[in-house]
Amino acid sequence: MSRIGLFRTLVIVGLVGLIEVLCRTGVIDNFTMPPPSRIAKDLQHIVVTGKFNAAIAKTLSSAAIAFAAAVVAGIVAGVLFHSTPRLRRALDPIFATYYAIPVLAFYPLLIIIFGLGDVPKIIIAFMLGVVAVILNTLNGLDRVPPVLAKTARVARLGRVGTALKVTLPSAAPYVLTGVKFAVAYALIGIIGSEFVMSTDGVGFEIAFAYNNFDNATMYPLILLVMIVSIAVNLVLTFWEKRLLIRRGLR
Amino acid sequence: MSEQHDLTAHVGLRGVTKVFRGADGAPSVHALGPIDLDLRRGEFFAVVGPSGCGKSTLLEVLAGLSQVSEGNVLIEGKPVGGDIMDGVGVVFQEDACLPWLTVYDNIAFGLMQTDTSRAEIATRVESALTMTGLSGFAGSYPAQLSGGMRQRVCIARTLVLQPRLILLDEPFGALDQQTRLLMGEELLRLWRATGATIFLITHALDEAAMLADRIGIMSARPGRLLEILETGWSRDRDSRLVETAEFGAVTARLWQVLRGESMKSINRDGARA
Repeated sequence: MSRIGLFRTLVIVGLVGLIEVLCRTGVIDNFTMPPPSRIAKDLQHIVVTGKFNAAIAKTLSSAAIAFAAAVVAGIVAGVLFHSTPRLRRALDPIFATYYAIPVLAFYPLLIIIFGLGDVPKIIIAFMLGVVAVILNTLNGLDRVPPVLAKTARVARLGRVGTALKVTLPSAAPYVLTGVKFAVAYALIGIIGSEFVMSTDGVGFEIAFAYNNFDNATMYPLILLVMIVSIAVNLVLTFWEKRLLIRRGLR
Repeated sequence: MSEQHDLTAHVGLRGVTKVFRGADGAPSVHALGPIDLDLRRGEFFAVVGPSGCGKSTLLEVLAGLSQVSEGNVLIEGKPVGGDIMDGVGVVFQEDACLPWLTVYDNIAFGLMQTDTSRAEIATRVESALTMTGLSGFAGSYPAQLSGGMRQRVCIARTLVLQPRLILLDEPFGALDQQTRLLMGEELLRLWRATGATIFLITHALDEAAMLADRIGIMSARPGRLLEILETGWSRDRDSRLVETAEFGAVTARLWQVLRGESMKSINRDGARA
């Protein structure tokens, strides 16, 4: 492990250890928060019993759909906007202010239109993620060396071939940043929507446990969400690192 | 005018002119021409000229990457439109390696876009790897190679297409002088082995003098051909040519013609600054 990795691990272990001590010594009372070791045991119990498997599957599948849709639509839109500068200039102000709009505010409207099912949640998560993918794809495409576009022309690639075989692979490190945002936003969008108004999913179970003072369920489910998010991001970061090393950028 | 042209020429330029129209009311820039030129099949032709005289524009017009404003370009008797023609390969000054692909895949890249079989691709890539001295680096990524080796990858990518006309836009511009001399030798060897016609754009007078059968000397912008100099070298020349008195005479003549044009170019750029 690198020195920075070791330092990072020590900081995390130290923080968790500190919370454990604060909980065990009563500085943080157990009604507010159980010790991390207790939360871990509760999570193990939840996983072993499979009590929330349906909720976990519902949340993860919805997040996966929203994530995939945001990535595909974001990349396609990024390529389209990059190749049509007028359209891009027209949309720039919207992109610049997009994240100032609380997307969750549209949730009730979406429930009215689509009902209290998976679709409104997926749309919210999609709306959160797609613009991050568009902006990062545009950023990456702006940085493709012009000589690579000429190389594509010499190889007689059409617009789609050029995008798939030259410009997008060249922009991949930036696109990947957008993809990492999309993962985070997909989970935030789905769990946030479930938390606000839903009948199933991990967000709903967390909210339900919170309303019933059920710490033995609430904290382990929060930990589970954190583990999933961190695990996916670690995989993407590992992939990104390999990609950058291969290109001599790290 | 056309009756003066060589009808068997590999490439013919007839009154080629390029004007870049100014966008949003900006003035137009007359970059090139008119230029008339015939390239003989299998010859090594170099073009030198002052900075900004339109050398690269001329190459892009020949390649079909840029359209002429007036005149026409014929390759093997066919007019060049807005696309790269069959049998034409281009090597650019900038590093055009695709950094996410291995050396092997970079070299195979152009062929992979054609109907060529995988076995044929492998044969041609192996041959190009050997010709360019990259045999031990097939699995390496461009980031693991030196600038000279990356340029060889780009040359190999062009060679596997078996072009009859190779257009080179200052391919060794980013390399040091010694590496450039050696790369020049390699280029001459590849030229002899392939029998292709080579059109080289360069700012280096010694490079043009060593490599070319004929050298076109361009004026300051708008670039026109002031003179075409025959070097008279044998086909089996190499970099030891630079030791000879004849080489000195050729470079001296190039500078004699170019000095005034370069001064014009510098004065114009200086006045604008």
